[in-house]
Amino acid sequence: MKHTISILVENKFGVLARVAGLFSARGYNIDSLTVSETQDKTISRMTVVVNAEDEKILEQIKKQLNKLIDIITIVDYTKKEYIERELVFIKIAADKNTLPFIKKVVDKAAKSSSASGLACARFLEKKSDSVIVELVDDQERIKNFLSELKDLKVIEVVRSGRIAIAK
Amino acid sequence: MAIMTGAQILIESLLKEGVEVMFGYPGGVVLPIFDVLYDSKLKFILTRHEQGAAHAADGYARVTGKVGVCLSTSGPGATNLVTGIANAYMDSIPMVAITGQVKTFLIGNDAFQESDVTGITRSITKHNYLVKDVTELAKTIREAFYIASTGRPGPVVIDLPVDVQQARTEFIWPKTVEIRSYQPTLEGHAGQIKKAAKLIERSTRPVIYVGGGIITSGASGELMAMAEKIQSPVTMTFMGLGSFPMTHPLCLGMLGMHGTAYANHAIMGSDLILAVGARFDDRVTGRIDAFAPRAKIIHVDIDPTSISKNIRVDVPIVGDAKKVLSEIFRFIRKSPDTGKWLYTVEKWKQDHPLFYKRDEKLRPQYVIEQIYEATNGEAVIATEVGQNQMWSCQWYKHSIPRHWISSGGLGTMGFGFPAAIGAQVGAPGKIVFDIAGDGSIQMNIQELSTAVNNKLPVKIAILNNGYLGMVRQWQELFYKKRYSSTPLKNPDFVKLAEAYGAKGIRIAKKEDVAAAIKEAIATPNVVVMDFVVEPEENVYPMVPAGEALNRMMDGMA
Repeated sequence: MKHTISILVENKFGVLARVAGLFSARGYNIDSLTVSETQDKTISRMTVVVNAEDEKILEQIKKQLNKLIDIITIVDYTKKEYIERELVFIKIAADKNTLPFIKKVVDKAAKSSSASGLACARFLEKKSDSVIVELVDDQERIKNFLSELKDLKVIEVVRSGRIAIAK
Repeated sequence: MAIMTGAQILIESLLKEGVEVMFGYPGGVVLPIFDVLYDSKLKFILTRHEQGAAHAADGYARVTGKVGVCLSTSGPGATNLVTGIANAYMDSIPMVAITGQVKTFLIGNDAFQESDVTGITRSITKHNYLVKDVTELAKTIREAFYIASTGRPGPVVIDLPVDVQQARTEFIWPKTVEIRSYQPTLEGHAGQIKKAAKLIERSTRPVIYVGGGIITSGASGELMAMAEKIQSPVTMTFMGLGSFPMTHPLCLGMLGMHGTAYANHAIMGSDLILAVGARFDDRVTGRIDAFAPRAKIIHVDIDPTSISKNIRVDVPIVGDAKKVLSEIFRFIRKSPDTGKWLYTVEKWKQDHPLFYKRDEKLRPQYVIEQIYEATNGEAVIATEVGQNQMWSCQWYKHSIPRHWISSGGLGTMGFGFPAAIGAQVGAPGKIVFDIAGDGSIQMNIQELSTAVNNKLPVKIAILNNGYLGMVRQWQELFYKKRYSSTPLKNPDFVKLAEAYGAKGIRIAKKEDVAAAIKEAIATPNVVVMDFVVEPEENVYPMVPAGEALNRMMDGMA
């Protein structure tokens, strides 16, 4: 099962290496990882999506992370009310035949809303032979969006890791 | 206002931390530190290899309970410390290792004798630092000692570039240490403590299973009080030896792979295990799904990650062993009735005693028994790793905390002798033995120079069987006696000792053992005793790896 864990750490060099090293040394898998400064400049937030087969492994991951000196707190969002978002850029080959379909898909995504509010879907660039689309949404709906485009020629997909915030 | 160089701040800070001695080896990028040491009151012991320095600091820490300190240069000096740091990490030994580093602007450029020390040591330290700014140095040292010595102790590395050693700033010693992200839990949870006391009251077949946490927290007195109050047998892990006297009627000795049969039977037959400062590692539990099938488990440990890592626990309690034991003790209203259980355990003791063949041959177990007799069990016993180590667990009746100096978690051959040197520095009035094998003693034999030159009269007892004995034993039992790379052709250890300025004695007959040990103890110098023992003696009992604890080979056939 996938868990979204938020880790507040000291904003110092080497801390990312400690966290990444802990995951690799103990054989845990990271699905995605996002790191940035918080409103307090001395603290960074790491949002990690981990795949833990059972509760016992997840507990160990959290305890082992807590043991690292530079880690301040850990929040496991899995059992909480929270909002999660990922950002994806998609470059798609497009001409006047396919563009209307792409527009339809993007518009549909932009109007649809999940339990946690409206998604963001829009064109960032349009060229004669390709377009770049931006989508901000949760993982499941990004997956659905991509599957709607599966018959088109997708040139490149760039995805961020997940970020999350408790409600 | 005192303006000092980084090197001066380092030594001044060590003195403020109460450091009396440091073990190490000089080199290019630590010259500023050695220049300060030249006329400092901080004692420096020059080893002959950096690995020796790390193990000596470790041995010093084990015997004194203080933080052991070692120092090396960058690159190879630092990588030579690595085994010693990993060893201290596995056994939760408080240590601060200081490594020189190339100039800050050269870091990352593959400079001469550069290695990424913080990167290399990240997974074998409790924490590590690269100090890039001299104004951070005093605070860093203060933090390093605090982290190394509190909670579950462990080694901390401070990597110190040479230009930071040379830079100047005002020396300000921080009055207190506060690390917002590091606050070890010492007090156990009150509800859990009451639950534990209830379980103990209701048990009829309890076993107290303790490890190194008792030694670290100084909880031997509380352990004794608990055992006697609830009339429970006590078994110890390797790291717990010395925490409960082996001469006590409730003592079962060590459990696990080479533990006593009665300790393993007691664990397997128990209805309650009170585990304190131990971590249920694979050498202790044997096959994990067959471990103590009818027992409820109370697990007290200061490290939350140790709890429920290997085994399912009924009452987990995070906290300091000494505090939690005395709290549980306070809540036990009535002692359980363990009379029948103690009778069963006593019967196991009678039926399956530790055993070796007492014939005319010179057997290694006999040597260890004689060392025990000659020292009244009051010596500090260091060991190497392998058969010598397991026999030392079994045949020396360990009874005093901080007198057992042996590499547990990492199983580092070559640890014993330099650790014995460190222990002798920490306990100058004690008799210190290193019980060694002919294989492992050769892994750090160069430290004979350190011991002789510093007048540290360690007694080395080599149980010389001409083999890498423990590996040979496994080859005998599990690989059809195909002795691949285990027979050793050894140097003349007596001549070797003499070449270094130590005393050498060779003992080939059983009747000469006691006199040789007596002579060694009376000699105010380093003594190497070369005991030519029965070559194919095995360590029994033995639980084969991956088997249940009660599936022991007893070697009596």
